Amino acid sequence: MSALPNPILTVPNPPPRQGKRGRFHWLLVGVAVLFSTVFLVLPLVNVFVQALSAGLGPYWRALVDPDTLSAIRLTLMIAVITVPLNAVFGVAASWAIAKFEFRGRTFLLSLIDLPFSISPVVAGILFVLLFGANGLLGHWLEVHHIKIIFALPGMVFATIFVTFPYVARELIPIMRSQGREQEEAALTLGANGWETFWHVTLPSIKWGLFYGIVLCNARAMGEFGAVAVVSGHIAGLTDTLPLRVEKLYNEFDPVAPFAVATLLALLAVVTMVLKAALEWKTRHEQ
Amino acid sequence: MTRSPAAVVKSSSSRTNPLPGFSITLGFTVVYLTVIVLVPIGALAIKTLGLSWKELWELATNERAMAAYRLSLGASLAAALINAVFGSLLAWVLVRNPFPGRRLLDGLVDFPFALPTAVAGLTLASLFSDHGWLGQFLVPLGIKGAFSRLGVVIALTFVGLPFSVRTIQPEIETLDPAVQEAAKCLGASRWRRFLSITAPTLLPTVLTGFGLSFARALGEYGSIAFISGNLPFQTEIAPTLVVMRLDQFDYTGAISVAVVLMIFSFALLLTLNSLHGWAAKFQEP
Repeated sequence: MSALPNPILTVPNPPPRQGKRGRFHWLLVGVAVLFSTVFLVLPLVNVFVQALSAGLGPYWRALVDPDTLSAIRLTLMIAVITVPLNAVFGVAASWAIAKFEFRGRTFLLSLIDLPFSISPVVAGILFVLLFGANGLLGHWLEVHHIKIIFALPGMVFATIFVTFPYVARELIPIMRSQGREQEEAALTLGANGWETFWHVTLPSIKWGLFYGIVLCNARAMGEFGAVAVVSGHIAGLTDTLPLRVEKLYNEFDPVAPFAVATLLALLAVVTMVLKAALEWKTRHEQ
Repeated sequence: MTRSPAAVVKSSSSRTNPLPGFSITLGFTVVYLTVIVLVPIGALAIKTLGLSWKELWELATNERAMAAYRLSLGASLAAALINAVFGSLLAWVLVRNPFPGRRLLDGLVDFPFALPTAVAGLTLASLFSDHGWLGQFLVPLGIKGAFSRLGVVIALTFVGLPFSVRTIQPEIETLDPAVQEAAKCLGASRWRRFLSITAPTLLPTVLTGFGLSFARALGEYGSIAFISGNLPFQTEIAPTLVVMRLDQFDYTGAISVAVVLMIFSFALLLTLNSLHGWAAKFQEP
């Protein structure tokens, strides 16, 4: 990916020697395949089989239900707001953290890791305590007729909390490993800061940035716990796709929750394919 | 705001660094993190301090809450252990044992990471229920994988699996085959080689994977809401208890458990960081 290939990586590794494939080999493969079938393959296939178990008609009807359509719109809207914000944050944070040394750098890094270890439910409750009716700003917001909790803004805040590390986490190691020689050269040659970023830095991080955005988007569209706490579950208004799945499931509908879930499962499949394609590309460019 | 960007910047090396945009990117980063992370955590702290300690303590440690912590910790531990064993095995097979379909399986390892947890809970509950593909065989044998504690472990194993496999996989890729060859030439048996070379080399990484998968499991809520049945004292995990209390507008009760969960998270983060440092030291003598 970088213009100057890392010399350590270009030394060809000797291919691992293939011993004769005995019973032990197939025993290991058998256990691994069995485990992955139960935990990976069957859950994926099951979503689609259950969704289509009553035929295409009920499947389609579940998807075009007005409440489901509104959930699709809301999920897309949340992603459209949160993903670009987190992408800008990711680029800005990794520029400051990877290209400069300063006091408090480690603190910022751990702050960026924090959402990975906090339960999404706790993330949701943080915003309820800040913006909710009994929250710190609750009274002030009520006086000014601003609704955050049980409305779109609260769901956006909760989603940003759980998804902002993805782009930054992807970019910091990449920018760090590339150093700043190339940017310094561009500046010496007379480029201004913006040109340097646009023509030197961005091309070298573009695939990492893209991958971070893909992960961030998958989580933003699929988040359940944090959004469930701040949403209020108003059908047709504050139900995202995952919340809609839960509501249909609690109504004991045999097909509809799976039908809606196929949309989210497809999102997961697309995410996996993009990840595999990006890894293949990175490996072949090196 | 807690600290202005200018207060954080007080470094000598940035003066000689010619790259532009430091103050603006750092400023944006600090403002963003303040609004999204620090102020909300501050709100939790202020709210908690305003409550009666006695009541908080009572609600955080009553019987129902203790049962929820026990299940959360126990099931997360069980899931992380399963992932440490089978995740290592899966990682090993994906790197070292070629078989048809290996590439596909390798890609599928990311599935639990990419799949929204609500869908994970939905499909696992259906697989292990009485009439599900697996449940129809397992339930008659007395193995109830849905609406039970076992269901909680199954869902947590699912969500933690990629963290374990993807942590261990790169480490297996960099194992030096020459060491194995040398040991083989010196007459070491397969078990001897595994126990005295492979296992000690991989141990720190397996532990890191264990920790990551445990941390992921401890906070999980979405999939559990579908598969566990959420019965107080039986299949209710701590995050579920937070949501239940919040739904009943029992804010003090919800905050008390949320604070306990938050303390768990911080303790785990510290442990993981030191584990990571230990693993790094182990690998670079």
